[in-house]
Amino acid sequence: MAAPIGQPRVRLPAQVRAGEIIEIRTLISHVMETGQRRDQAGNVIPRDIIRRFEAKFEGELVFAMDLAPAISANPYIAFQFKAERPGRFEFTWTNDAGESRTATQDLRLA
Amino acid sequence: MRRAALVGIGAAALVAAVALAQGGPPEPQRQIPNPMSGRHFATPETLAIQDDDFLNPAFLWVEEGEEAWNRVEGTSGQSCASCHQDARETMRGVRARMPAYHPRLQRVVTLEQQVNICRTERMGAPALPIDSRPLNAITTFIALQSRGMPVNVDISGPARPFFDAGERFYNTRRGQLDMRCGSCHEDNYGRYLRADLLSQGMSNGFPTYRLKEQRVISLQFRLQGCVNDVRGEAPPMGGEEFTNLEFYLAWRAQGLPVESPSVRR
Amino acid sequence: MTTPRTPTRRGVLALAAAGAAVAILPLPASAQLSAGAQAAVDRVRGSRTPQEGRITLRAPPIAENGNTVPITVSVESPMTAADHVQRIHVFADKNPTPDVAVFHLTPATGRAQVDTRIRLGQTQDLIVLAEMNDGSLFITRAEVKVTIGGCGG
Repeated sequence: MAAPIGQPRVRLPAQVRAGEIIEIRTLISHVMETGQRRDQAGNVIPRDIIRRFEAKFEGELVFAMDLAPAISANPYIAFQFKAERPGRFEFTWTNDAGESRTATQDLRLA
Repeated sequence: MRRAALVGIGAAALVAAVALAQGGPPEPQRQIPNPMSGRHFATPETLAIQDDDFLNPAFLWVEEGEEAWNRVEGTSGQSCASCHQDARETMRGVRARMPAYHPRLQRVVTLEQQVNICRTERMGAPALPIDSRPLNAITTFIALQSRGMPVNVDISGPARPFFDAGERFYNTRRGQLDMRCGSCHEDNYGRYLRADLLSQGMSNGFPTYRLKEQRVISLQFRLQGCVNDVRGEAPPMGGEEFTNLEFYLAWRAQGLPVESPSVRR
Repeated sequence: MTTPRTPTRRGVLALAAAGAAVAILPLPASAQLSAGAQAAVDRVRGSRTPQEGRITLRAPPIAENGNTVPITVSVESPMTAADHVQRIHVFADKNPTPDVAVFHLTPATGRAQVDTRIRLGQTQDLIVLAEMNDGSLFITRAEVKVTIGGCGG
């Protein structure tokens, strides 16, 4: 059974002006098991990672990341976004088993 | 010099005499009178993670702990909040004064143990294993409510024998390397052990997100690591020896601000 | 009794490198890579010859623990529909597998800059490739030292 994909955290700046380039920061709870480790009995612990992160704005893919086992546990991902208009972000994290977790956040302009 | 030393000894004897006259043991003296938090031995990159509550992954545990605080568990149909309401008010300062003497149990208990006492006695819920994720989440959430407050444990009265036992553990050489805690954290802090800069071993940042473990760890998990490092046999987490040691360590860090949840290598 | 100690690591590092997340001095991209990393780079490269420049890689020059190494990659680009970065590939030369991450960017991001935290099994080079929408390819390479601690516990 795949490890739980924990509650995601997403942070947008509080005050955003139209045309401003903002930083979007995300963090999610996950073990990011590499597949390189062994348990106490000597058996390989199977790989189990978040392998894909996607950010959509108003339904359109604006940023994505393919993750490898070399990404630290509890993946932190930050990227930039040019805030032209208000709208809704949808962030999705997907694990090796194809299970995913989604968070939404609204971009409001000052 | 010599005279000053003699005067010093005289003063100490006087203090001891006064203490004895009052019926208590003499006030212990700290080897490091002005302690430095572990943050002074961390790299700027590590501190950058600690000092930003979004970058700090321990806040994933804080959020889990807050959920657990309000979640009903056990046979009595209660949550932590049923008795303690808003943790932001009621838990303020708790981390700073734990471990503390528990009058009914007549021993010192850690924050972890106190949570389990509440769970088993009040909530009718099973105790959580020491250093388990759900327990670390609750203690991290509780500890955060004391962030910035000075560590201030009470070692007086009936608590004193437990403090003394912790001090004895601290100062006992152990393991194949035959080292006491102070061999690293008093005699050699600020120096390198291979590439590790030795800290003063102050506990004010626990629970801490440890980069190596990539998770929040409890103090007693780290203590096991220390004993393993000197190739000794570590006592169990949650047992009497580490609990007394944790009490002594809190006194060593007396006055330092609670930094939980800190980030350490 | 207690003598003043030598400078803390913070002080030393501040002197050495002025603190967190410095831009690492790029190494010649032509230096030999491990077989795995070379194959990974070649897969991205195809028949193209990567150019040096445009990419800034920020990471600790000395990572306190290899399990959690913060990195920032930025690429000079106007990020317009006509001229933007499409992908940023990060490889680690001496990890068990060289892949670290692929970032997919669009003009909507406005600025080609990404942050994450990575695992490095040992002191090694990071290789970053940036693919532009016109097919051009940029490369940089820098070493991150990973300390081997004395405190195994």
